[in-house]
Amino acid sequence: MITEIAPAEDERVAPEPALPRKRRRAWDEVPRWQIYVPLSIYLLFTLIPFYWILLFALRPAGSTSLVPWPMTFEHFQKVWTERSFGTYFTNSVYVGLATLVLTTVVALAGGYALARFDFRIKRGFMLALLCSQFVPGALLLVPLFQIFAKLSMINSLASVVIAETVFQLPLSMILISGFIRNVPYSLEEAAWVDGCNRMTAFRIVVLPLLRPGLIAVGSFAFVHAWNHFLFALMFLSDQSKQTIPVGLNTLMSADSVDLGALAAGGIIAAVPVVIVFAFIQKWLITGFSAGAVKG
Amino acid sequence: MAQAAAVAEPPAPPRRRRASATPRRLPYLLIAPAALLMLGFIAYPVLSVFYYSLQNYNPTKPWRNGFAGFGNFTQIFAHDPQFWDTLTFSAKWVVVEVGLQLLLGLALALIVNQTFVGRALGRALVFSPWAVSGVLTSAIWVLLYNSQTGITRYLADAGLGSYGTSWLSDTSTVFPAAVVADLWRGVPFFAILILADLQSVSKDLYEAAEVDGASRIKQFWHITLPHLKDAIVLSTLLRAVWEFNNVDLLYTLTGGGPAGETTTLPLYIANTSVDAHNFGYASALTTVAFVILLFCSIVYLRLSKFGGESK
Repeated sequence: MITEIAPAEDERVAPEPALPRKRRRAWDEVPRWQIYVPLSIYLLFTLIPFYWILLFALRPAGSTSLVPWPMTFEHFQKVWTERSFGTYFTNSVYVGLATLVLTTVVALAGGYALARFDFRIKRGFMLALLCSQFVPGALLLVPLFQIFAKLSMINSLASVVIAETVFQLPLSMILISGFIRNVPYSLEEAAWVDGCNRMTAFRIVVLPLLRPGLIAVGSFAFVHAWNHFLFALMFLSDQSKQTIPVGLNTLMSADSVDLGALAAGGIIAAVPVVIVFAFIQKWLITGFSAGAVKG
Repeated sequence: MAQAAAVAEPPAPPRRRRASATPRRLPYLLIAPAALLMLGFIAYPVLSVFYYSLQNYNPTKPWRNGFAGFGNFTQIFAHDPQFWDTLTFSAKWVVVEVGLQLLLGLALALIVNQTFVGRALGRALVFSPWAVSGVLTSAIWVLLYNSQTGITRYLADAGLGSYGTSWLSDTSTVFPAAVVADLWRGVPFFAILILADLQSVSKDLYEAAEVDGASRIKQFWHITLPHLKDAIVLSTLLRAVWEFNNVDLLYTLTGGGPAGETTTLPLYIANTSVDAHNFGYASALTTVAFVILLFCSIVYLRLSKFGGESK
């Protein structure tokens, strides 16, 4: 049985490897060294800093070895417990996920309206979205602080979530409305004809097609909220409420900088976003080309 | 807003069949959460900054508080050399950063757009610093530039560079050192945006050019670059505004020092309001920065024709 199938498969597959070579166009025929040499140089520039921080995090304090061996996890232990990075980590996860959910839901609703309806204030609203890109978050710290103080939200993670969400919304909404425009309206109309109401049609027809775009937008919001520093620094006075970037800053501005702790803290800060990024990288590229550049 | 909706006869012709269950208010309901959040937490703060810019307002010196007219602005333009210094540095920072990010990002995008073995891994690796925060970028480069344990020491030991200089505390090295640190994180983001647009260049164009015997450089010049023009204009301007506004990196990397050498205008504003509690003056500075940025945004809207005949 098996021997019978194998040659058949071979016959089917055999001509294929020849095709790409034949079809190769000159624009795709860049000499290999012109790819690998500059890429390797750039890769060095990218990776040396990562290696450096790994080195400091893993080698014992006082060591000058360029290889993290013997390896130690004392810095991680110290940073996680003594420097409260465990708490910071939990807070950052909360801020990141809450911002992700809030941004995605609000931007999805708004993006749908922008993509599917013509309404009176639409142009003005789009303009406002764009102009808000030029409002520097750092410059609004004081009035934002006053607002949150009036709402008695100072020192609550919710204030940071709201601030992060607000600054993520414009871009997210523009991206999402771009994605929705790429879904043919006729698909929705067909679902209405079949008896769905708008909501059900959206859920059954549009939402599944939006999944890659939503993942890109959501992760983008998560990464931003995870990384951003000033809002947390200003709105959260209690150390138990702080987030990882603030923790890192504390380590850096200490009188005598504990480089091992700083490196370990940095790795704790980097791991979640680098993992998120590794997953979304492909969607991000298609996401930007569909949502932003064309939009 | 609901009222406005009721009064306004939608000028749009009924070009789409409306689902029977769809109320006319639906689009307004859908944008309401976003609109309210932005009104409350962007528009209102912006207006209050304008208001405070005309006030003397310093909670630590309440006896001087009150209406100041354009006093703050006169002070800024006529008597505040620090404003001009920080503005000049901001301009220098943005031009150098965005210029280098554009060139390197374009080159990087062109390279990883090729097909080659290990492309997926290569892309993931060179793009990964994008995910890293400004503070973490600072932390990493503080480790690298540290005079005792940084890469500078190993370079010095190898006979390159002078021993014991910390690049971030020396006025002659701090600018390039900070630029390189920010490039590390900024180039990948630029490259991702450009790569996204590169994907949509029609391959037929290159094939046609190939038949006509155009060289690769000519193809880049006459096909790739014109196609990328809009994306480049858009990402350059967005990036310029973001670089202008970004406080995280320099705040933590150099703290604006040494000797105010790396203080951008937003950093100066943050220091004025948060450390010196001079909210009125900081608000006036903010207003000036906002006008500068608004000017950029108008240029941006003109160039990209956004919101015009889109759709």
